[in-house]
Amino acid sequence: MLLAILIGFFAALSQLLFGKFMKGKLSILLSLVPLALFIFFVQYIPAIAAGEIVTVKHTWVSSFGVDLDLKLDGLALLFSLMITGIGTLVFIYTSAYLKNHPMLDRFYGYLFIFMAAMLGLVLSDNFLAMFIFWELTSISSFFLIGFNNTNPDSRKSALTALSITGIGGLLFLAGGLLLGEVTGTYQISQMISQNELLVNHSLYVLIVALIFGAAFTKSAQFPFHFWLPGAMKAPTPVSTYLHSATMVKAGIYLLFRLSPVLGNSDFWNNTLLIVGGITMLYAAFHTLFRTDLKGILAYSTIAALGILTFLIGLGTKESFIAAAVFILVHALYKATLFLMTGAIDLYTGTRDVTKLSGLHKVMLPIAIAGGLAAISNAGIPPSIGFIGKDLIYESTLHFKHNAILLTTLAILTNILIGYAGYVAGVKPFLGRTPTGLEKVTFPHPAIWIPPVILGVLGFVFGLFPSLVEASLIKPIVATTGVDTSDIHIKLWHGFNTVLGLSAITIISGIALYFIWKPNATKRYFIQRFDKLSPKFIIETLADWFESFSDLWTRIFQNGYLRNYITVIVVFLISLVAFTLLNNTTYQIDYSSFSKLTIYEVVSLCILILAIGFAVFTKSRLAAVAATGVMGYSICLFFVFYSAPDLAMTQFAIDTLTVILFVLVLYKLPRYLNLSDYKTRIKDGVIAIAFGGLISILALEVLAQPQNNEISAYYAENAYVLAHGKNVVNVILVDFRGIDTMVEISVLAIAAIGVFGLLKLRLKSEERKQQ
Amino acid sequence: MTQQFLLYPLLWQLFLSIVLMFAWRHIQIQKIISIVGSAIGVGLSVALFYEVWQNGTLVVQAASWKAPFGISFVGDMLAATLVLLTSIAGLAVSSYSAASLIPARLRFGYFSIFHFLILGLTGAFLTGDIFNLYVWFEIIIISSFVLITLGGEKAQIEGAVKYFTLNFLASIIFLTAIAVLYGLAGSLNMADLAILIPQIENRGLVEVAAILFLVAFGIKSAVFPLYFWLPASYHTPPSAIAAIFGGLLTKVGVYALIRFFSLMFVEDVLLDQILMVIAILTLISGGLGAMVQTNVRKVFSYLIICHIGFMIAGLAMFTELAIAGAVFYLIHDIVVKTNLFMISGLIYRIKGSNRFKELGGIYKEYPKLSLMMIIPMFSLIGVPPLSGFWPKISLIIASFDTQSYFILAAVIFASFITLVVVAKLWAEVFWKDPDKFPKKNHFLYFKKMTLARKLQMILPILMLTGVSLYLGFGAENIQQLSIRITSELMNTDFYINAVLPNN
Repeated sequence: MLLAILIGFFAALSQLLFGKFMKGKLSILLSLVPLALFIFFVQYIPAIAAGEIVTVKHTWVSSFGVDLDLKLDGLALLFSLMITGIGTLVFIYTSAYLKNHPMLDRFYGYLFIFMAAMLGLVLSDNFLAMFIFWELTSISSFFLIGFNNTNPDSRKSALTALSITGIGGLLFLAGGLLLGEVTGTYQISQMISQNELLVNHSLYVLIVALIFGAAFTKSAQFPFHFWLPGAMKAPTPVSTYLHSATMVKAGIYLLFRLSPVLGNSDFWNNTLLIVGGITMLYAAFHTLFRTDLKGILAYSTIAALGILTFLIGLGTKESFIAAAVFILVHALYKATLFLMTGAIDLYTGTRDVTKLSGLHKVMLPIAIAGGLAAISNAGIPPSIGFIGKDLIYESTLHFKHNAILLTTLAILTNILIGYAGYVAGVKPFLGRTPTGLEKVTFPHPAIWIPPVILGVLGFVFGLFPSLVEASLIKPIVATTGVDTSDIHIKLWHGFNTVLGLSAITIISGIALYFIWKPNATKRYFIQRFDKLSPKFIIETLADWFESFSDLWTRIFQNGYLRNYITVIVVFLISLVAFTLLNNTTYQIDYSSFSKLTIYEVVSLCILILAIGFAVFTKSRLAAVAATGVMGYSICLFFVFYSAPDLAMTQFAIDTLTVILFVLVLYKLPRYLNLSDYKTRIKDGVIAIAFGGLISILALEVLAQPQNNEISAYYAENAYVLAHGKNVVNVILVDFRGIDTMVEISVLAIAAIGVFGLLKLRLKSEERKQQ
Repeated sequence: MTQQFLLYPLLWQLFLSIVLMFAWRHIQIQKIISIVGSAIGVGLSVALFYEVWQNGTLVVQAASWKAPFGISFVGDMLAATLVLLTSIAGLAVSSYSAASLIPARLRFGYFSIFHFLILGLTGAFLTGDIFNLYVWFEIIIISSFVLITLGGEKAQIEGAVKYFTLNFLASIIFLTAIAVLYGLAGSLNMADLAILIPQIENRGLVEVAAILFLVAFGIKSAVFPLYFWLPASYHTPPSAIAAIFGGLLTKVGVYALIRFFSLMFVEDVLLDQILMVIAILTLISGGLGAMVQTNVRKVFSYLIICHIGFMIAGLAMFTELAIAGAVFYLIHDIVVKTNLFMISGLIYRIKGSNRFKELGGIYKEYPKLSLMMIIPMFSLIGVPPLSGFWPKISLIIASFDTQSYFILAAVIFASFITLVVVAKLWAEVFWKDPDKFPKKNHFLYFKKMTLARKLQMILPILMLTGVSLYLGFGAENIQQLSIRITSELMNTDFYINAVLPNN
């Protein structure tokens, strides 16, 4: 089974190597890969129907608990079949839809990666492995949305989609890790038994919130739904495959999967009900104002995802049955509608419903597919859509609270979705064919066969629901841990309330279709409310965020070295001052100090005078001279404290510095006074504080007991072991000889650097060459 | 004596630097010496790594003065790993430099200085003496300063002055800290200090010393609010130089922080809190900075800062898992950041610019190269299962364990920003149609380069991409390594007994 996942990645890799050869007519052969996988998964139907669960284990990064534990149960099988089945049709469709496209090989490469990742997602029992595939689906979606990458809108939509699903992915990771911490395992199948522990855990709300964040972003729930209409910038096969049939259902899949783990709590159920309810109604309502076929379908997809969230939120056995059926129903009719839209777009060059009509004359098979899908979408018998809708109403009617309200919501949504289906699936084909569309070429078989197959399947399953009952629906519901023996899916339930509601839905939908015609005015009308839409609000927040980033970066990285130094020094002062004030007792022992001599007092005065002079003088030369005086006074201190060698060194360095300074003085620009009075005071305060702190620190350290072990060792052994009479010299060249060697290298490097700075002048043509 | 393995990587780099000086004007010979020498350097580091992996920590007492009186060199697992990564990055950049730099720069001792820089880095990782560490830092600063200025462009000098001033400030603080600590403990040997510091009575002064070290290494590793030198200088030198800087300069600061705060200054609550705040603000500031940049190299520069935050966060939480996360991230980051700056150089070669508005269409022109370039970028984001992803698992779990929810939020925020920034970069640089910009005269575009030179540029990128892929797909091995490093770090006795066997 691992191979089933990997094969997609290998196929993608081979596109990289041999893509050139597969670009032409051979590209249709690529659909053999998903077809083979489809057959592979079909083989498992009997076993799954018999209640088996197929598991395969592969170790991978065990230290993180990430292993490829694959598990094929009912839910995974349904998704696997959808991924590979619809995948096969989409692959076939693509070979004609993007015929001779120069980047067809890449397109197939991305599709392969997506397919593999999606399979991995639904087959993984390990939460972290699932996360890995989850992220890969987002990434492949990014590349597919941005496939027409020279179009700025495509790029923007791809970025939006990646940002929204990306943040969701990170929440998924955090939620999954937390779940693993609490339950002690990343295996979903092992978490189920800990449902009670989880629900009563103090971190429960956080875990659920993180998981919801992941599922709602991926499955385009309000208010994160807006990336999905944007994602319609992708070529139509992608919209069909990723953004209606499979990837956007990953969030639903996750919620379904985790219902037995995290469900059975008010927080879980109510949140899902509310979010699902808002999403389905909001999105269904929006379909009324769209004229772009793909726009209509995008919103009706969001509404369908809302319904699914809502059903999982109900959390009853009936609602899970309804959800299981509706996942299949929706995948079948929505994929058909998208494929149909792509065909219309490809051959007529437009997707504007107000411009399309009478196409049945030129593309009959497409019209049939559209009609079939619209019927299933509206829930008219004998399609499987009818069964799906009935099950939804049953589950809302039998719910313990607010049954009427919930049923009304479901009916309203279904009416609007039904309307959207008519507009998309029927309207373009009926009526008079407008001039210009009469001579449209008849679609390529690879274009019309896939939607027809999917459309017909919706009826086959509707007429013979037993085909999916035992093989898929029962095993799926079984994953939630309930008894499934009494499940019977039927087309005809007899005359009852549900049938009445169904009739109302269908009739209202048709009535709405005849009364409410989509047009541009309506689109403009709804656009006036754009400023209230989550999309606008989130985008505005993103803009603010960017301005804030800009401001923040400018404040800190303002280009002035002096400010950088100030910030660093102030940071240091505050930390050191804080610790010194907090922790140390001032135990400076003044009696241990040696007595002040007159020489020291005089040198100190000279030093202070020189500092004052250097700071306040207006002449650069005088300032340089004053620093020289400072250096010499320090030399004197060294002499007083019997360190003649240090004094010599200091003397030499100071003299040299002053001489060098004077040499370059006349090359320097004029002495400018750049800082004003206030800045100088501020700098002065900082400098004094810094100096003061270091002095206090030095005094305190000096007051501490000394550990002289090492210096004593040097003094003792310099002559005995190292055969040198001068201890300092021995330390420099023997005890710590490496230090000296490295410092010599520093000098050598500096010399080379100075040589380069003086001699190397790049010619103008070399300047930009690096 | 296998102990000597420890010094070979060090001495070899010194030897290379000196030999290269003798071939001053012969660029071709220098190129060969440098590339072949770097390859041998990798071999020596592998030998060291293998030796340490098999037989445990290696210790060499310089001139056989027994510790703590002389200078100790200590090759524990962490040091050996970092030396290995340094040599790999060195090999990549050496080849890349040979192909991408103009002869004028090479004629002024580039390769010699380059190997001095590698020498400094290797020395810093291997030394077991705090003053000796200071000296290696000197080598690093001076050689990187020379590399930044080499060529003497105005922008280079401006960046170099900021770089040098702020890093020099860090050195002064470092030196002050050493003085304070020496006054308190009377020793410079790290293992010896690890024993002596807990015995010092005046904890307040120990804390001050720790803070001085923190600020000094904080500047080096470019954390908030001490990072200014990095965005000011990393975009000015040629990409080859920026690559070695981006990969290793800040990491040596992080290494020092990890070493000091796991070996010598342990269990200090205040310090952990400071580190935590620093980590969070670093993650945020770096991310915010990267958001608004419109130059490939500046974006990467800010992302360096941002991702330093991950390692500091691991250090701040200071659990086994957190440290393992920090170590894994460190390993990943060295490889990927070196690679990204080489990639920025490749982009520059292809289009003659690094600014977004002058870039575009690379994906169309060079689809396969683009895919090669996106792998490190994905590793950077932490797209699973690539290398940047794994350490985040450790960090997130550690943040739950220690209930550091602000760290958790900052880690997620930074990961998200990285994702957005890289996706934006991809869209701008690789996807969008380029505006028509006049071709630069006398500019050697990638297209016109000879195949050999192209390969010399691409192979290093490919090599590091391969390493990145290994770090991702072989995460099990790297995590085992990180765990072993962590256990060595957390049990300080291990280090102390290796250096001072008679203690």
